[in-house]
Amino acid sequence: MANYFQPEIECASLEEMRAIQNEKLVKQVKHVYENVEYYRNLMDEKGVKPEDIQSIDDLHKLPFLTKADLRDAYPYGLLGADLKDCVRIHSTSGTTGRRVVAFYTQNDIDMWDDCCARAITAAGGTNEDVCQVAYGYGLFTGGFGLNGGSQKVGCLTLPMSSGNTERQIQFMQDLHSTIICCTPSYAAYMGETVKEMGLKPEDLDLKAGIFGAEPWTEEMRRDIEKSLGIKAYDIYGLTESTGPGVAFECEEQTGMHINEDHFLAEIIDPETGEVLPEGAKGELVFTNLDKEGFPLLRYRTRDICILSRKKCSCGRTLIKMAKPMGRSDDMMIIRGVNVFPSQIETVLLKEGYTSNYLIEVDRVNNTDTLDVSVELAPEQFTDTMKDLAAKEKALANAMKIMLGVNPKVHLVAPKTITRSEGKAVRVIDRRKLHD
Amino acid sequence: MSVKQISIFIENKKGKLAQATKFIASHDINLRALSIADTQDFGILRIICEDPDKANEVLREGGFLTTITKVLAAPISDKPGSLASILEVLSESNVMVEYTYAFLSGKHGAYMILRVDDNQMAAAALAGAGIKTVDQSDLF
Repeated sequence: MANYFQPEIECASLEEMRAIQNEKLVKQVKHVYENVEYYRNLMDEKGVKPEDIQSIDDLHKLPFLTKADLRDAYPYGLLGADLKDCVRIHSTSGTTGRRVVAFYTQNDIDMWDDCCARAITAAGGTNEDVCQVAYGYGLFTGGFGLNGGSQKVGCLTLPMSSGNTERQIQFMQDLHSTIICCTPSYAAYMGETVKEMGLKPEDLDLKAGIFGAEPWTEEMRRDIEKSLGIKAYDIYGLTESTGPGVAFECEEQTGMHINEDHFLAEIIDPETGEVLPEGAKGELVFTNLDKEGFPLLRYRTRDICILSRKKCSCGRTLIKMAKPMGRSDDMMIIRGVNVFPSQIETVLLKEGYTSNYLIEVDRVNNTDTLDVSVELAPEQFTDTMKDLAAKEKALANAMKIMLGVNPKVHLVAPKTITRSEGKAVRVIDRRKLHD
Repeated sequence: MSVKQISIFIENKKGKLAQATKFIASHDINLRALSIADTQDFGILRIICEDPDKANEVLREGGFLTTITKVLAAPISDKPGSLASILEVLSESNVMVEYTYAFLSGKHGAYMILRVDDNQMAAAALAGAGIKTVDQSDLF
C-alpha cells in the first residue's frame, strides 16, 4: 500500500530533488532581490548578488532572517507579492510580544494544502476517511492548514475547531470520524474525556491522529494512542514558513519528512551561524523555495534539531528532521554542555513525575551548578528516607545520562513550585556572565 | 496488632515544620508521639495520633503530602537493656528494623515505635518473648 499523495516528489531521487531545489532557489532569490527591499538591503550589506546563487550549494552565501527582522519589517516589509494577489493572512499568537503576520497568495495556499495532504495521506487518509479538524480556526494556521489538506485528499472534513470537547466526541461517534487533527495536549484531554464519558476507544472509529503545534514526548504519544485507539503522527510547521505541513511523520514514526521541494532545510551552529553537516545537532533554518506572499530566505527557526537522509522504510526520500529538542533561545551552556529545559522535562515525564519543575543555574567557585527542583506526586511519597533518597538519585542519574551534566535534584512538596498564567518560568540563571 | 502512623513530607526550609505543627494543633489533632528524620533537602515528620484516618484526611485537604504506615508499638519497661532485648528478638527472627523511636504515655508507661519490614512476623516474635504489641486505642 503506497500512502503517497505526490509520489514523484515524495520518492524522488536525490538528483531529482536537487534539480528541483536548484531551479526554484535561483528563481526565488532573483524574485526576492527584485521585490523585497528589506532582504535586498541585507544581501547588499553582505555583498551578495542574485547571480552569486547558482545552486543550493551557494545557499550559505545568503544572509539570515531572524524573528527580530520579522518584527522590524512588520507588517509589509517582507511581503513578496502585490497585496491584490494575496488572498489570506495568518498570524502567530504573539505571546512573546513578537507577532508575525504572514501573507498568502492562492498559489501559496495550494502549495500548503498539498503539504498537509501529503501528511494526511502518510497517516493513511484517503477520500473514504472522515477527518475531524480540532485545531483552532482563525489567525492560527492549524485549523485552516489541515482543513485544506483534508479537502485536497478528498476526506469528508469536519471543521470543528477547538473546544467543546463533549460535542467533539459526540460528532466523532455520530459521524464516524476516522482521523483527528489537533494539538497533542488537546488530544490527551479528549482521551481523558472519552473515558469520563464512559466510552472506550473501541466505541470510536478513529484510526489516526495528526498532532503538532507544540512540543510533545514519546510517552505522551503512547498515552494518546492508547486512550483514543489510534496511531499518532507528528506534524511540524511554523507560520513564518506556511503553517503545519512543513514536515510530517510517516508510519515509521522516527522523525518527520520535510517537504523539501518547498522548504529547503539547513542546520547551523546557533552561535556562529556556520552550516553544519547532516546528522549534527543545531538550529534549523528554512528557505521558502516557491512561496510568493511571504518568501523568507534562510529564516532561523530557533528550533534545535538534527537532519537525516537515512533511508526510510516508508519509501519516501524526503529528508527527515528529528523532533525539535528545544529552542536555541532556551539553551543553557552548563559546564560547556548545551542543556535544554525540554530534555529535563522528558526525563521527568519518563520517570513518572509531573512537568512542574524549576531549574536553577548558578556559578560557585567558577563551576556551574545545576539544581532541579521537582514536585513529588502524592503516590510517590513514601515514609522511608532511603526510598526518597533513592528516588532523588535515580532521577539525577537519568538526567545525567540525558544531559551529559550532573544535576542536583531536590524533591519538593506538590504545588510548591510557583504556577504562572501562560508561559511558565522554568529556568532561573543566577550566573552573572554578561557584565 | 499495629498502629497507624502518619508521615508528612516537610521541606527543609525555615518555618515549614512550624507551619505543619501549627496546622496540626489548629485542627485538634492530639499527638501522642512524633519523630523527625531529615536530609539536606527535606524531612519526614512522623506522628502517632488518636484518629489517624481522619487526621490524614484533614492534613491532605490542607495541602500536605502524607502517607499512612502501619508500625508496631511495643511497651518497654524502665530498666537497662529493655530496648536491647526487643531488638535482639527481632534480629533473631530476621526482621529488619527501618527506624525506631520512643515515647512516654502518661498512664501506660513507655513505648517503642518500630517500623519493620514484616509487621506480622515481628509481632509474633515479640509475643513469643512475652512482649505484647498494642493497638491504636491502647495508647489513648
